[in-house]
This record gives sequence, C-alpha cells and structure tokens, in this order.
Amino acid sequence: MNPRLVELRQNVLKHNDLVARALRQRFREAGVFVVSLVSSPGSGKTTLLEKTLTLLRPDHRVAALVGDLATENDALRLRRSQAPVKQITTGTLCHLEAAMVERALEGWDLDRLDFLFIENVGNLVCPSSYDLGEDLRLVLMSVTEGEDKPLKYPTIFNTSDAAVITKVDLATAVEFDWSAASRNIQAVRPGMRAMRVSAKTGDGMNEWMEFLRSLAGAAV
Amino acid sequence: MHELSVAISIIELAEEEASRRGARVDAIHLRLGPLAGVVKEALLSSYEIARENTALAGSRLIIEEMPIVVYCPRCQAERTLESMQEFRCPECRTPASEVLQGKELEVFALELQE
Repeated sequence: MNPRLVELRQNVLKHNDLVARALRQRFREAGVFVVSLVSSPGSGKTTLLEKTLTLLRPDHRVAALVGDLATENDALRLRRSQAPVKQITTGTLCHLEAAMVERALEGWDLDRLDFLFIENVGNLVCPSSYDLGEDLRLVLMSVTEGEDKPLKYPTIFNTSDAAVITKVDLATAVEFDWSAASRNIQAVRPGMRAMRVSAKTGDGMNEWMEFLRSLAGAAV
Repeated sequence: MHELSVAISIIELAEEEASRRGARVDAIHLRLGPLAGVVKEALLSSYEIARENTALAGSRLIIEEMPIVVYCPRCQAERTLESMQEFRCPECRTPASEVLQGKELEVFALELQE
C-alpha cells in the first residue's frame, strides 16, 4: 500500500506556547509587568537583577524567579534585596519552560505584584525557543565576552526585545569596541534598544530603570 | 542542547495523530526556521535516539529548512535574507526588523501507512 501524506501543520512546542499564552493572560489581568533575562553564564544577570530589585522595591512590589541547573545560590543572592524570590532548579535542562514558571508561581498572589523578573538559565541557545509569557525579553552581554556575541548567537538577540551591555566598568581594560558592538546588535536586530550598565558602580542604572518604568507604565 | 526534548515532542505529536487515525508513521516532514533555535544535525541524531522503542522506530524525519523572510519597509515587499547575521533588505540594504518567516518548528505533514 502506498503511504498517504497528511498535512498536520502543528507547532512542535505547541504545549509550551499554550501554557505561555495562559500565563501572559494571567499576568495582564493581575497587572504585573514581566521581564525575562537571558544571557550566557557569568554575564551578570543575577547582579543586575539584585540591584534592580533593590532600586524598585521602595516604590513597587517586585518578585523574581531564577533558573539554574542546580544550587540555590542565585536565589540566596537575590533575597538580599528583601524581595520574594524562588529558585527553579532544572536538573539537566538547559532552559526554562512555561510550565516551570507556572509551577513556581503556585502560592503567589500575582495581584500583589507590579514587577516579576524571570532569570533564565545561562545559555544563549536554548532559551530562545521557549516563550515564558513575559512582556519583555532582555538579553545581556558583558563587555568581557567580546563584541561579536550578537553575530555568533543571532537567534537569541533577534528574539529579544532589548539589550543591556553589562560590566561597562571593565570596558577600557578589555578594550571593548563600542561601535562594533552596537553595529553587531543592530545587524541582527535592527532598532533594538541597547543600554550600557555597570551594576557594580551603578553607571547606567538610571537609564535602565527609566526604561523599565516607562514600559511597565505603558503596559499596565 | 535541547534537541532531544524537541525530538521527543515531535514523536509524541506524530504518535498521537497516527493512533487517532489507526495508521503507522513512515515519515515526518518538519519545517525548521533558522530562528527556531534548533540545530538540524543535532535534531536528526536526537531523533534516531528518541524513536527507539516507540511506534515510530522505523520512521524517518525529513527536515525542510525554511529561509528567513522579512518585510522591507522601503521596498514594501517581502524579502528573503541572505544571512542571519544581517537583517537588512538584500535589494536596498534597509534594516528590516519585521520577521515574516524563519521561526518555524512545525510538523508540516506525516506520511502514513493505513
């Protein structure tokens, strides 16, 4: 018998997309602005997030979820900001999926939050495929990683909404080429806003906070 | 490296459809865009592992690679990108951020033996 060709047209990650869509709906109804952070390991997601939570906390109700393969270390660091933080340990999984976010949120009252941050597993490849229901996907690259990161990992940059260049206090020491970095970001994601921040010295934090507040104000 | 879990999802999806139709899957036709974040070669070898001991053990995965198509605001037309390192119109060089195609990770069709 001859095989029959049946058209299916089904998204392989349909299940994740459905959970993400339901999350996005819940976030919108609760009026919480959700930011996910993606980057390679060690580019400063946790440090930026700790500073961000601390600066937002006097005026806003904030919380964070943080993904790692193992350990509670990042959650412990983030809790220094006094904000509620939950660690998601993925075991061997290289990225967060929407269902993990949904599970981690159990017991949390979203109506009592203004901002929720989701720190993804440090990885520039896999997280790009999984929608988490976030309003803003922020990609970080540190000056110590080199200017060509966007060209090497175009997918994660193209699927992100904004970029933050971190550890700018080290830029001179590593002879970071700002114009090449900006050219490369614009090449893979034309029009993307790229901010320069040192969470350590506080340089550029104002611009990042302004950006965040204006987006959240417009969304909520 | 998440291709193995993607391969398992593909098999589950095809198994579900095949059992619904009481058929056997000969081949799966998958459409893959460069912006899906999945590597073709890694997915093919993951598929060989994932199909073992399933109803799809003898099936093939056929991957059709989709180009990235953007909308050029200047030409007001759809354009196929030459390189994913450069999101600009290949004709007029205008930056083009609106992606129309290239994120696919889609089981397009199944070859079924009924």
